[in-house]
Amino acid sequence: MNSYENEARRSAPLVGERGERRTRGGRNLVGFPAVSTPTRNRADALDFLGVDALLSEEERMIRDTVRRFVRERVLPDAGGWFERGEFPRELVPELGKLGLLGMHIDGYGCAGASAVAYGLACMELEAGDTGVRSFVSVQGSLAMYSILRWGSEEHKREWLPPMAAGERIGCFGLTEPDSGSDPGSMRTTAKTSGGDWILDGTKMWITNGGIADVAVVWARAEDGIRGFLVPAGTPGFSARDIHGKMSLRASVTSELVFDGCRVPRDMMLPEARGLRGPLCCLDEARYGIAWGAAGAGRACYEAALAYAKERTQFGKPIASFQLTQRKLVEMLLATNRAALLALHVGRMKDEGRLAPEQVSLAKLANVRDALEVARSARSVLGANGISLEYPVIRHMNNLESVFTYEGTNEIHTLIIGQAITGLSAFQ
Amino acid sequence: MNITVCIKQVPDPNQPYKLSGTRLDREAVQPVLDPGDEFGVEAGLKLAEAHGGEVTVLSMGPAKAMEAMRRALSMGAHKGILVSDEALAGADAQATAQVLAAAIKRNPFDLVIAGTESADGSTGAVPAMIAELLGVPQATFAKQLEVKEGTLTIHRQTQEGYDVVECALPAVLTVTSGVNEPRYPTFKGIMQAKNKPVEQLSAADLGLSVAASQQVAAVNPAPARGQGEIFEDDGTGAARIADFLKNAKVI
Repeated sequence: MNSYENEARRSAPLVGERGERRTRGGRNLVGFPAVSTPTRNRADALDFLGVDALLSEEERMIRDTVRRFVRERVLPDAGGWFERGEFPRELVPELGKLGLLGMHIDGYGCAGASAVAYGLACMELEAGDTGVRSFVSVQGSLAMYSILRWGSEEHKREWLPPMAAGERIGCFGLTEPDSGSDPGSMRTTAKTSGGDWILDGTKMWITNGGIADVAVVWARAEDGIRGFLVPAGTPGFSARDIHGKMSLRASVTSELVFDGCRVPRDMMLPEARGLRGPLCCLDEARYGIAWGAAGAGRACYEAALAYAKERTQFGKPIASFQLTQRKLVEMLLATNRAALLALHVGRMKDEGRLAPEQVSLAKLANVRDALEVARSARSVLGANGISLEYPVIRHMNNLESVFTYEGTNEIHTLIIGQAITGLSAFQ
Repeated sequence: MNITVCIKQVPDPNQPYKLSGTRLDREAVQPVLDPGDEFGVEAGLKLAEAHGGEVTVLSMGPAKAMEAMRRALSMGAHKGILVSDEALAGADAQATAQVLAAAIKRNPFDLVIAGTESADGSTGAVPAMIAELLGVPQATFAKQLEVKEGTLTIHRQTQEGYDVVECALPAVLTVTSGVNEPRYPTFKGIMQAKNKPVEQLSAADLGLSVAASQQVAAVNPAPARGQGEIFEDDGTGAARIADFLKNAKVI
């Protein structure tokens, strides 16, 4: 899996006819790998275990398309978005056009790609920026998947095609100020009144909240947890963006307030009852995160490797020092393991034999490893490691969110612990 | 409109090339769809979207060139023709043009589109030769184009600006990188690409027996730029620079 940095270093400016530079949207146009076939029996520093060869041509084409999109549309501005705390909303229709939104959903205007292809897309997106990948995860795996899995045919027809096209944005409201790892303790209520539902309560840390056209909201009804579709602008529903975040800065995070919010009866997702409703959507998103974290880790490793080979101290590149080499090799171990693990669970998912606790293992292992890689890469880059000129500190800070959201490191540990002992430590 | 877009798989032009004798070592560098060809594919797709009809991508190359073809198909082209024949290895511009023209002639066509030159061979001669062999006009170096009532009108890029050139269809058109912004393949396009028809032909299928009439005698690197001339400015610097530029016939 070649790197952005590596390609950037290799690339001479492409000169077109009569000396003008070939550009796309004002940026250098770089060749599109038709397919990335290994040509020699020597380990590649950027795909050490040759994971590339385990992908089909179609998977590689999807991966290469997202990689190019990230190189051209995400990487040039990612540092600026992070610094300004700005979500690149203008990218949303482009993400839709490529087929990235709800990409593993069949029908309703979605691409219908495999789980592995979806994972590869998450990996490339997060090698760009976690905020962009988070948008795609929440839109596709949480909001759209909730509607697909639990909604009525009318819900699907009304919402999925415009959400796939990026014309409508969705968010997913489960977490509350006092209810995080223990969603069963939620306080948001849904009561019937004159044929409608009345929602009361507050949701917290909701990605896409302030820009969403529709919120999938989970609330406690008389017969258990139920899901509701609440369009933006519904009286009694407001969203307030959360500021002062030092992580996931290129992403909108909001608080959703429901104050006597009246929604028609048919806006309830008919098929979801109980916590299983939201939890099965979380499994979808966690799967993508396991891939995404592998991408963020890879980006940090590649940045550190390139930097270490160029940065000279004591008259030689710092890559020649044993302490640095050890760091680079530890990063390499972690990133290659993460890619293999992600691909393995992806194949299992496509075969329909992936268990939730296996998703927990992949999420826990890959996010933890990516965070370690990011911190180590930060130290290799020295003072430059804290600058947004390089991607490392951005990934490092973003991964702190990924470590906690969609099931904390601790909760995934206990899910796996329960799976192997048969004893629940938290229920 | 029946549109044929000529494409080529080339070693990634962003990586250093390697030579094998006087030929490029195509095994050593990752092959890609020539970035310049993406503009031709985009131009064809835009015209087909506006006027109806089909875009056929046409390439001559080894079996591996199928990957570049699928890239063009994933952008939205409808079908492909790949002429692949051991006997064509090392074909020069004329032999290539003969093969491509013969493949184009098998079906009715309104427009043949190509990049201005390939990123590897860079002869820029093939499109003109195709036009000659097909007996149709050529409109080249288009940075803007329009088709209306059987007439192709282009802005032909020049050193100073552009010429407006018009010709009747059918015609051969070459496009520069300024002509459009190639689309990204969509995931649906990528997944459909493998089911699109690609006809594979040999030279014999085209009734051709062609051979390169040119041989590359030697390949030499461009001479390194020489040392510049350094003037110490003793008050006459401006005049000496002016003289220098005058001698170089710049002013």
